[in-house]
Amino acid sequence: MTAYIIRRLLLLPITLFGVTLFVFGVYSFLDPAMKAALYVRDIPKTADALQRIIHKYGLDDPFHVQYWRWLNQVFRGNLGWSKTAQRPVLDALLYYFPATVELVLWAAIPVLFIGIWLGILSAVHHNKPIDHASRVFALIGWSFPSYVYGLLLLMVFYAMLKWLPPGRVSDWVIKEINAGTFREITRIYTIDAIINGRPDVLLDVFKHMILPVITLSYIQWALLLRVTRSSMLETLRQEYVMTARSKGLAERIVIYKHAARNAMIPVATMGGMLLIGLMNGAVITETVFNYRGMGWWAANAATQLDIISVLGFTLFNAVLLSFGILFIDILYAVIDPRIRLE
Amino acid sequence: MKIIKQLLRNPLSLFGLVLLLFFGLVAIFAPWLAPPPNPYEPYRIAQFGYSPTPKPPTGPNPLTEIWKIVTRQSDFSKTHPFGTTEGQYDVYYGIVWGTRTAFLAGICITGITALIGLIWGTMAAYFGGWVDMVFMRITDIFQAFPFLIAAMTIAAVLQPKIGRSILTAAIALIAFGWMGYSRLIRGDILSVKERDYVQAARAAGAGHLRIVLRHILPNAIYPTLVVASMDIGSYVISFAALSFLGLGAEVGYADWGQMLSFARNWIPRLNQYWWIILYPGLALILFVLAWNLVGDALRDILDPRLRGRITV
Repeated sequence: MTAYIIRRLLLLPITLFGVTLFVFGVYSFLDPAMKAALYVRDIPKTADALQRIIHKYGLDDPFHVQYWRWLNQVFRGNLGWSKTAQRPVLDALLYYFPATVELVLWAAIPVLFIGIWLGILSAVHHNKPIDHASRVFALIGWSFPSYVYGLLLLMVFYAMLKWLPPGRVSDWVIKEINAGTFREITRIYTIDAIINGRPDVLLDVFKHMILPVITLSYIQWALLLRVTRSSMLETLRQEYVMTARSKGLAERIVIYKHAARNAMIPVATMGGMLLIGLMNGAVITETVFNYRGMGWWAANAATQLDIISVLGFTLFNAVLLSFGILFIDILYAVIDPRIRLE
Repeated sequence: MKIIKQLLRNPLSLFGLVLLLFFGLVAIFAPWLAPPPNPYEPYRIAQFGYSPTPKPPTGPNPLTEIWKIVTRQSDFSKTHPFGTTEGQYDVYYGIVWGTRTAFLAGICITGITALIGLIWGTMAAYFGGWVDMVFMRITDIFQAFPFLIAAMTIAAVLQPKIGRSILTAAIALIAFGWMGYSRLIRGDILSVKERDYVQAARAAGAGHLRIVLRHILPNAIYPTLVVASMDIGSYVISFAALSFLGLGAEVGYADWGQMLSFARNWIPRLNQYWWIILYPGLALILFVLAWNLVGDALRDILDPRLRGRITV
């Protein structure tokens, strides 16, 4: 167990080294004028001023010298100046991060619960109507591009019915935030509304959150459903399940205690994929719903060719993902003893 | 032949095949279904006028309007079977020619990505030892980036260098798509490469290339091919997603994702301008559904081991 975790931990620096090398490799392809935004706020207009900046920050030094200098800057939290956000890239990332975390956490709930629950249900009722229905749901979810799905939801619930608006909060909440009557503490508005004791704001946040959460989670729970279903079908055929049944245990106990627990092991390997799916999906979902999170900002920066911001965002996500997957792998080793022996 | 018979017997995959056949015919007969106003640039969506508000479909029945276009009784300056988007791009024209873009994106991107993954994974597994170590660590590094985010970055970086086009999006998707295939083929080759018939070929003096191509790959390649065929749908989605974000096909190019991105400017009034989302959205959904249905059935037939395994 410890040996596995240590081995797994040793891989992390290699991956992170590769990731930073890759991101910096991309930087070095940029024009010097664009690269200057790594160190200065205003990109110089004249060739003369540009030459001075290039010289001052050593933008013409050999690759490894520049890489080392940049890495030092990154460790100090300097990822450059974001043109689109008009603030340092790291500040912008941290500013938009809570919004994305809020969205992803809310989306994870239906993914885990509906996905796994429906998966178990359709395996137990194999080839019954509920099984067919959830398979059709999953197949549609797998084929539905989330942006089409999000736009259709907006068409019905916003343009037509005027129930659920896009954006993150209504204008009156933004006014209250600017006026200081609603204090932002965590910037996760669900939590802030509770701390401030404002049920009206909480309701407003929920109203804005429903459609993005549905859009972001649908594809993921459709995937999880398929995996849970097939793993559960496999497990239900095992002999120990038959033993449990012939002992006269209640069906509910057989399914949830004996079968489902073991069926969850392959499902747990999906953890990393789910995390990636939610991170990718957040970019699309936030863009469609104009939900001001990290993904919205990055997609916006990408279309305006603010590459310094996009690369900062990519680096941030890659590091986040590396730690996330490490965590999931270790968790997996805890659940399944067989994995440690590999 | 047996495979095709089995595909035709399953109602779901039959439906998928019929859909694909339909899209294939639309793609082949595009010049006839939607004659380009400028024959030298058929992929530029027919555009007459620059009015920013989308125009509704002409006529009550789109089919009769399409008939008028096909029989050359009218053209895109007057007739819009599916309406126009902002900037007066004809939706029907875009959907017809977009079929070609979608086929190109799905098949070429998946094909090239799978090929790169195959070569990489085969080299890693065949040579083993430190080559395997280095190759797989590089794969790890690429996998440390969330796929779509990395593709978005590459597309944004390439755009000033080679311009905004479908090529930018294709390169971006290929650059971060190959890792799954190389892992899959590596695993399968590792289990094949020590078999007796491979040893025999080696003892007979066969070269590396001959051993790999004649003895190892034919026995290890199927799972990778099946997974690739299942991925075509998701590559079409990702490709259109980049266009939707404004990083793929240029404005006015016949690409469904690009057409959908017009809808982003009309969100409060989408019920009024429903045709700018409904028609391209429907085309994209049906196209992806068709590939997924066929890919799913193909997997069940060719490799029952993979049942329930998902690689997206």
